[in-house]
Amino acid sequence: MMATTPGTIRIDNQEIPFTPGQTIMDAALAAGVYIPHLCHYPGLTPSGNCRLCIVETGNRSVAACITPAVAGQEIRSNTPELNAARTTITQMLFVEGNHICPSCEKTGNCKLQALAYHLGMLDDHFPQFYQRRELDASHPDILLDRSRCILCDLCVRASREADNKNVFAIAGRGTNAHLTVNSPSGKLADSAIAATDLAATVCPVGAIMIKEQGYQTPIGQRIYDRRTIRETGLQEHIDKKNDD
Amino acid sequence: MEPDKKSPAIRRIAIDPVTRVEGHGKITLLLDDNNHIVEARFHVVEFRGFEKFIQGRPYWEVPFIVQRLCGICPVSHQLAAAKAVDQIVGVRQLTPTATKLRRLLHFGQILQSHALHFFHLSSPDFLFGFGSDPVQRNIAGVLQQFPEIALKGVKLRKYGQQIIEAITGKRIHGTGTVPGGMNKSLTPPERDALLSDIGNILQWSREALALNEQIHTGHPEHRDFATLRSHYLSLTGTDGELEFYHGGLRARAADGNTIFDQFDYCDYRQILREEVRPWSYMKFPYLSALGIEQGWYRVGPLARINNCDFISTPLAEAARQRFKAFGHNGLVHDTLAYHWARMIELLHCAESIHTLLIDADITGTELAAGKGAHRSQGIGVIEAPRGTLFHHYQVNEEGLVTKANLIVSTTGNNQAMNESVRAVANRYLDGHEITEALLNRLEVAVRAYDPCLSCATHALGKMPLQVTLQDTTGKVIHQLTKGTNGALFS
Repeated sequence: MMATTPGTIRIDNQEIPFTPGQTIMDAALAAGVYIPHLCHYPGLTPSGNCRLCIVETGNRSVAACITPAVAGQEIRSNTPELNAARTTITQMLFVEGNHICPSCEKTGNCKLQALAYHLGMLDDHFPQFYQRRELDASHPDILLDRSRCILCDLCVRASREADNKNVFAIAGRGTNAHLTVNSPSGKLADSAIAATDLAATVCPVGAIMIKEQGYQTPIGQRIYDRRTIRETGLQEHIDKKNDD
Repeated sequence: MEPDKKSPAIRRIAIDPVTRVEGHGKITLLLDDNNHIVEARFHVVEFRGFEKFIQGRPYWEVPFIVQRLCGICPVSHQLAAAKAVDQIVGVRQLTPTATKLRRLLHFGQILQSHALHFFHLSSPDFLFGFGSDPVQRNIAGVLQQFPEIALKGVKLRKYGQQIIEAITGKRIHGTGTVPGGMNKSLTPPERDALLSDIGNILQWSREALALNEQIHTGHPEHRDFATLRSHYLSLTGTDGELEFYHGGLRARAADGNTIFDQFDYCDYRQILREEVRPWSYMKFPYLSALGIEQGWYRVGPLARINNCDFISTPLAEAARQRFKAFGHNGLVHDTLAYHWARMIELLHCAESIHTLLIDADITGTELAAGKGAHRSQGIGVIEAPRGTLFHHYQVNEEGLVTKANLIVSTTGNNQAMNESVRAVANRYLDGHEITEALLNRLEVAVRAYDPCLSCATHALGKMPLQVTLQDTTGKVIHQLTKGTNGALFS
């Protein structure tokens, strides 16, 4: 039920105010409480895809990014059980794609990698899929490496809602799900995307990258060399609020 | 091991794997009925596949994928690939700061690798003797018996790694190169920190050189240990000077005559070919003009010191002149003189690092050169610690790699390692008796060239070793196994 008046919720015994329409995630981030997430991005419609933000309220497990805050909710987030589940999800994301951090140009700037560090993930646990998905380098400025896509849907929403272009979509089901490009040839070069679009830069992993920019930032100055994913997650929310 | 079906009178001895060599190596000795070694095969049994799996990847990723070939000399692979990438993006000349940063990085790399090669991996053989107790014949034993020597070796390596860390962000597998330049300069505090130690580094490098010079000149038996008369290949500078980062190819014949000089390495396929043999994943390069049988050559420190006309730094040049005098101004073919030549280079690195650290350009801010028209291929060649390293990439119009060819330094010495192993085995293998000391002598020959076969990471001295001697029927005559604790059992 959507709250119509301001109220408070409790996350891990911390009382947090919310305004009508806010999700648990929005209220938490606004109050400086970090809930791990990959597919949430301030300003884009939440989708609940990655399930990293799963929290418990009552006897239910819900995704914090798509669940409205309701006055009086008692929410558990930072518990050993939930963090173990988040670690398992992260491990599954790692093995399902080709996330070879040592040579990936996104390393140090990658949310998936940073989240793995945040959760204390020490190994992949599951066997690697070693899947082969099409790499699209047809665009002069943008590279699409589907083998690194985690199907978070952020590029889909960014293109539709922020760029007003509708360049991307997720097609297929289950293990056949994949990112498609809305163009006559199915190639990025024939789409409307531009390097300045949010869809070209919002990818949390190394699936959509600006070409020839890799490794330009020295080690020690990359995003997650300087700040934790908790700090950047909270900062993204503040930045969006300031923009608004 | 099965008897050789084509030559049933030949027996095989397999030494598997070789220890204190990074990566798995295996030696097979083919014996005839008179216990003569008819052939030595130094197998590299790991398949890496880098040339294949970088196909389809964007070219700007390549330096950071291929540097994972190696944990000892990743910088060499990064730099060779970066030089190739420079060509792909149409950059012919880096900025002075970027050029000097890359050179400093490379000197740091060779300094740390040479220190590791001698002190950590090879010095136990020379300080304790080839046939000495294997329990102490390792770096831990050196630390116990010769702590001053060992600690200086460790600190020399550490200093090289500190240079690498200052420039690339990490001691192993950092970043640094970008197409047409570098991503970071040296900051004044980083430079000052490195300068504060350079006095010690110069002194310890001189001592390391003196130790090796003394070892080689003081042991006449080292002169003909695994020694080969061979051709030599290396880069040299435009004036014939010792050069690690950029130059022309020079090859000398065993008699010292020049085969070619200042050859543009971008045309390397005109002078080099590679032979594939079914028993090893490592290919056999040769000078195509001389053919497969006569065209094999040696690379690395011995080749570079033999090939160059002079060294640009005074202390190393004085050492080179003593080296030349030792060889009566001809080429020095002693395989164990690789270590002596290596320490001459170590001193050259220390001197060159000092020069670069006091150069104002090293803290400059002009890091990237303007790019030109993209090209469909790039060829980068440098002198890696263990020899001439070739990286050749072809890319399509989208920037994806379509073909790659890597001739790594170890490969350049492949035939030479086989020949040296055969020479040692013929001299020291006595009938059917396999001893640990014999095994180590074979490894000493390999280690002179290269402690790094695949750049996989293994604990030093912990690899098990098994040798089996079989007769022509396949019956085991003798077997010797070394466990992970160094104990021998039959």
